[in-house]
Amino acid sequence: MRNLRLGRFVLPVYTVIALVYLLVPIAYTIAFSFNDSKGRTNTLWQGFTLDKWLNVCVRGDICDAVGSSLLISGVSTLVATVLGTAMAIALVRYSFKARSLVSLSLFLPMATPEVVMGAGLAGLFFNLGTGYGYLTVILAHIMFCLSFVVVTVKARVQTLDPVLEEAGADLYASPREVFWRITFPLLLPGIVSGALLSFALSFDDFIITYFNSGGAVTTFPMYIYIAASKGVPAEANVIASAVFLLAILIVVGTQIGSNLRQKRIMAIK
Amino acid sequence: MAIAGFNTSAAPKQSSTPLKTGKFVWVLLLPGLLYLGMFFMVPLVSLLITSVETPDASGAIGMYQYGFDLSSYQHVVIDYLPQIGRSFGYAFLATVFALLISYPLAYFVGVKLRTRPLIQKLTLTLVVAPFFISFLLRTIAWKQIFADDSVTMGFIRNLFHLDQTFHFLGTPGAVVWGLVYNFIPFMTLPLYTSLERLDLRLLEAAGDLYASPASVFTKVTLPLTMPGVISGTLLTFIPITGDYVNASRDFLGSSDTSMIGNMVQADFLQNSDYPSASAMSAVLMGVILLIVTIYVRRTGTEDLL
Repeated sequence: MRNLRLGRFVLPVYTVIALVYLLVPIAYTIAFSFNDSKGRTNTLWQGFTLDKWLNVCVRGDICDAVGSSLLISGVSTLVATVLGTAMAIALVRYSFKARSLVSLSLFLPMATPEVVMGAGLAGLFFNLGTGYGYLTVILAHIMFCLSFVVVTVKARVQTLDPVLEEAGADLYASPREVFWRITFPLLLPGIVSGALLSFALSFDDFIITYFNSGGAVTTFPMYIYIAASKGVPAEANVIASAVFLLAILIVVGTQIGSNLRQKRIMAIK
Repeated sequence: MAIAGFNTSAAPKQSSTPLKTGKFVWVLLLPGLLYLGMFFMVPLVSLLITSVETPDASGAIGMYQYGFDLSSYQHVVIDYLPQIGRSFGYAFLATVFALLISYPLAYFVGVKLRTRPLIQKLTLTLVVAPFFISFLLRTIAWKQIFADDSVTMGFIRNLFHLDQTFHFLGTPGAVVWGLVYNFIPFMTLPLYTSLERLDLRLLEAAGDLYASPASVFTKVTLPLTMPGVISGTLLTFIPITGDYVNASRDFLGSSDTSMIGNMVQADFLQNSDYPSASAMSAVLMGVILLIVTIYVRRTGTEDLL
């Protein structure tokens, strides 16, 4: 009886409280994107306005920073996804020596604090005398996104039944055809998840970017960090809120879509 | 999206098909491995080399030459001892709080909501929602919520009859608060993955054998979800030890809360003291590897990836 009450009442209430805690800063950030603040500081509520949403690029520097971020995240995601997908397929489908070494080299970047990777890579670029810029930031981003892509895509490869590919081969499809017409389409949801995760990590990264930009590139998180001492303008909240709402829309849309599809399959059965 | 990053998909299908062999596997593996070698391993080696460099003969700031000079290590271990202690102390506290907050939450979503898949997925999305809003802005949101003259602080002072000078921002408590908040999805997701796969019939069986709800939890549920607890605590603890945003003066901390990352950043980017920044990073990495090795050995889960 006590157990029943715990499950029926305490846990749901607890979950609601925990979710409120998780959502408070998000709600705060979105609310203050509508704040009629003057100048840079956006700490006190001055009344509701849509101005910042409609004229987000009035401060050109914010939109420049977002542009840099989009470029860096786009290129890094593309490269990390290609390299990571190949590694994920190899890890699940092939038997090879040195498997544990490969797993370790993928695990280590995830088990290394950002500040160590940031300082290590920036030190290397310094020692090599390459200077800093978009290229050094992108090279750094590909590195820390790669392992996350592998983990994500690997989960999808594991759910894939090899029988489907064998059937394709039995029906005289060449290995190339089997890959592009069977394996790849079935892996696509996993690859897209990996790419989205990589993009999100890259877009929001601050520490590694800060070390490897050498002041030559300003990404959106760097803009906020630099602005933090003087006050972050409401336009930054607009950008962050828009990114947030877009991401939530994509995720929730996908979930509802797959739920409907599942229901339809159930109905047919 | 981020959800899939922690293997929340259905349990892998066990296939009887033997694994493929042949050289083609290296075509798939080598590009990624070479990349990691070049941009992850080589920088770590470069970091170690830089950490033992010695000031240039000319004595110019930011100029160093190769040597085997361990004085940077001596300098950071002695002079940055408070920062080292804080980094690991804050990380430990934040990890414990994150685990205590996350476990019941992950249990409810992963076990109790199983019968309603859509609600389960939507709730999980809310759990990871902090990931989708800028890390720095959500930290600034807490800073403004806890600002000395904020409505929240006035309310807290009245509620607990605290002195008007009572403040929270800039204290270790505020830094730990921020760290818990910012890294909690890294804890909740692996816990959720473990709990979602938990076979409930085992819990029923334990109950049928007259186990009390408490011993069902400590003897069945918790041991079966240990993999989630281990990867969750590691994924939370490790990044926190290197974080310096929460502890910065412009965010939730003050000069009395600086962590290892603050020192590395200051030495590298402001003081151009590359050997000290590198030595500090190497010490951090060394301690983490030591902790992870002991922890993983003790708990017996070697397959983390």
